[in-house]
Amino acid sequence: MDAIKFVNEKMLNIPSYPNFRSGDTIMVTYKIIEGSKERLQSFRGDVIQIKGKGGTKTFTVRKISNGVGVERIFPYSSQIITEIELLKRGKVRRSRLFYLRELVGKKARIKEKRTASSK
Amino acid sequence: MNGLIGRKVGMTSVYDSKGKNVACTVIEIGPCVVTQVKTVETDGYTALQLGFGERKEKNTPQALSGHFKKAGTGAKRMVKEFKDFKGLQKQLGDVIRVDEVFAEGDKVSATGVTKGKGFQGVVKRHSFRGVNDATHGQHNRQRAPGSIGACSFPAKVFKGMRMAGRTGGDQVKMPNLKIVKVFPDENLLVIKGAVPGHKGSFVIVEK
Repeated sequence: MDAIKFVNEKMLNIPSYPNFRSGDTIMVTYKIIEGSKERLQSFRGDVIQIKGKGGTKTFTVRKISNGVGVERIFPYSSQIITEIELLKRGKVRRSRLFYLRELVGKKARIKEKRTASSK
Repeated sequence: MNGLIGRKVGMTSVYDSKGKNVACTVIEIGPCVVTQVKTVETDGYTALQLGFGERKEKNTPQALSGHFKKAGTGAKRMVKEFKDFKGLQKQLGDVIRVDEVFAEGDKVSATGVTKGKGFQGVVKRHSFRGVNDATHGQHNRQRAPGSIGACSFPAKVFKGMRMAGRTGGDQVKMPNLKIVKVFPDENLLVIKGAVPGHKGSFVIVEK
């Protein structure tokens, strides 16, 4: 296990993004390469799952786009991600929010977590 | 073939120069010691026999123990002969490290014993498809092999007919794996793709 940790530390550029959790609303800005051109796109939604740990972890972001639920899985150390912005802390009771897939409209909202600093 | 003996540590994923995610196996490889040098004069062919891994003296058979004593290496867990080991002039008891044999970008093969899966049916063992239907008169046949032969001619089941049985635990060689990275100080090798065996099992990497 230590050898794996060592390889990850040496070979992965583990970025330092804001510390987000399941239920948080984040905006992921990432590069899209079309042929030789490169442009930025952002994906804003709720984090519904964080899988793995360390440099190889991935997270799933879910959003509703034109009435259709869209989920995207990002590897945390992926080089195409340029920025992750933490927009809202969510108040949730579990770490994997797959129940949101069955809910629509107002029921699919996540309550915002009120902390002392945000008041 | 130039090669070394190692142990599988586990898997991880890294990014290549284009930013693509590559699944990799980490192998703790060597340092191996030369336990025997075979030459054309004495054996009819050239080869190096390498040893890897520590082993208690009391757990070593006397015959092997004498073999290791001759090489002056101490008892080793695994011994493997590599025919026509090129490029290195090694004497009995010499140590071979990773960076002497492998470099980044080399194509190698990895040999190991696959994970034992126990008694398995034909769907898992031979990738049969089973019956894909649960209806149309099927009753507990979803993973059945189907017919295993004809009728009164040939009146027997041919040898080698693929059936259920012990699965896994076979020696398997994975060819054409690319070396992603070599860590000579830590004796680690990072290889693209999967390598047979469980964590901690012996792996033979050959160039």
